[in-house]
Amino acid sequence: MGIISRGFGGRRRESSPDLPPGQYLTHDFPVLSAGPTPRIPLDRWQFSIITETGEKHTWNWDEFTALPADEFTVDIHCVTKWSKLGTTWKGVSLDTLMADVESAADYAMAHSFGGYTTNVPVEDLLDGKAWVAYEFDGEPLHPEHGGPARLLIPHLYFWKSAKWVNGLRMMPEDEPGFWEAAGYHMYGDPWSEQRYHGD
Amino acid sequence: MELDGNALAGDLREVFAGDLTAAVFTCAGCGHAGAVATLRVFQPAPGLVGRCPSCEDVVLRLVRTPDRVFLCLSGATRLELSLDGE
Amino acid sequence: MVDTRWETKTARTLVLDVPEWPGHLPGQHVDIRLTAEDGYSAQRSYSIASAWPSDGGGTVELTVQRLEDGEVSPYLTDVVEKGDQLELRGPVGGWFVWREKQPAPVLLVAGGSGVVPLMAMIRARGLARGRQPFRLIYSVRTPEDACYADELRRRVRDDPGLDVHFVYTRKAPDGWPAPPKRIDVAVLNTHGWPPDFQPDCFVCGPTSFVETAADILVALGHDAKKIRTERFGGA
Repeated sequence: MGIISRGFGGRRRESSPDLPPGQYLTHDFPVLSAGPTPRIPLDRWQFSIITETGEKHTWNWDEFTALPADEFTVDIHCVTKWSKLGTTWKGVSLDTLMADVESAADYAMAHSFGGYTTNVPVEDLLDGKAWVAYEFDGEPLHPEHGGPARLLIPHLYFWKSAKWVNGLRMMPEDEPGFWEAAGYHMYGDPWSEQRYHGD
Repeated sequence: MELDGNALAGDLREVFAGDLTAAVFTCAGCGHAGAVATLRVFQPAPGLVGRCPSCEDVVLRLVRTPDRVFLCLSGATRLELSLDGE
Repeated sequence: MVDTRWETKTARTLVLDVPEWPGHLPGQHVDIRLTAEDGYSAQRSYSIASAWPSDGGGTVELTVQRLEDGEVSPYLTDVVEKGDQLELRGPVGGWFVWREKQPAPVLLVAGGSGVVPLMAMIRARGLARGRQPFRLIYSVRTPEDACYADELRRRVRDDPGLDVHFVYTRKAPDGWPAPPKRIDVAVLNTHGWPPDFQPDCFVCGPTSFVETAADILVALGHDAKKIRTERFGGA
């Protein structure tokens, strides 16, 4: 650690025993972005799951929002060290989206409008652990936060919850996504502080 | 907020012996060539991402941890550095 | 930090005494890292405002504009005091720099606190008694927002071949011939250099300002390769 800056507090933050190690509590909702924010018209939105055999399942916006949806409240943990507790979302469970998908793959690559990707084990997507969310706090999800729809995998660091998600590609072997290829952890469990490659 | 490749100078200096912002990249996506200083850089993000000013494809990614720097140049087909120190 | 002074109500210059400073070129910057007691840290880049004499013995000066929702800049403008230590890395950057041996005329275009690295170039030219004709076009919201106003006035009088033109975007001084306006083709055409002179152009400011000014320069016929830009953020 370098020189302590006398009187420097930084952004208002609290530590809390409920948080994963190294995390601070925030009450606002920081926007992290590595590129321009895509604006996706709903009539051009679609979500696809492509299996390892090339079989493709696709939903347009009307079909997607007609699926049974959950309203749920979860904590989210960003690898840049902020955590936000008790966030309320509405979205379609991956269990619902994967119900008719025939796949034996152990991994999936999430793809987004704008080119972002992130890899996730399939077992972390199922059993009520992940959603494609399209409402936050009772409002349509704002483009800054990944709207029209984003992946939400709250038990992993938030970079796994791909904004502007438009599909999953099932993979027999694990492959790194956008941040994983640049040094972030392949799995990203906040409770084990798996931030970077090798952690 | 949008910045440019000039802001990458400090972190790149930890990887390369000389300044890299004056180096010329060639974008793997569209073939555009320009100084690293002209890349479009957005923040805040978990790392620094330099995008081609011509096609917006990602040219470089830089992730700094407390004790390491990762540099991913998969979006550049070439990096050209001057040897006269300028 | 050995000294400090206010340039405007919201921009403060920090004078730093950096052990083993190797000297710097005008346009280079430093990265400042602040660390709180609990280990939380934040880092930002700041351009160096001062010029470094070729025989050494200069100072490292940063001019920091306070951004209201910023995290680092309000600390540097309002909290840090003479005698405090700062952790910095630099000098860094080798593209957005001017070197004394560049013979071409120079056009500097500043938006707000984007003037800082351009001021370093003006000061370096002054130190080196450079003969390259320099023009600065400096866009500010109001006269009170202009950094280095007295020094620029003095240098226009004393540094041969330096011209400064202000553009006021919100409020112009009394008697100013033009109403407040943003930088435009007419300003860059009238107060810049003709493209035939093949000037080295340096443009620094917020992203939208830099893009507007650079696009106009290209449209006026300047070679895009002679236009160097730096977009600043630094909350």
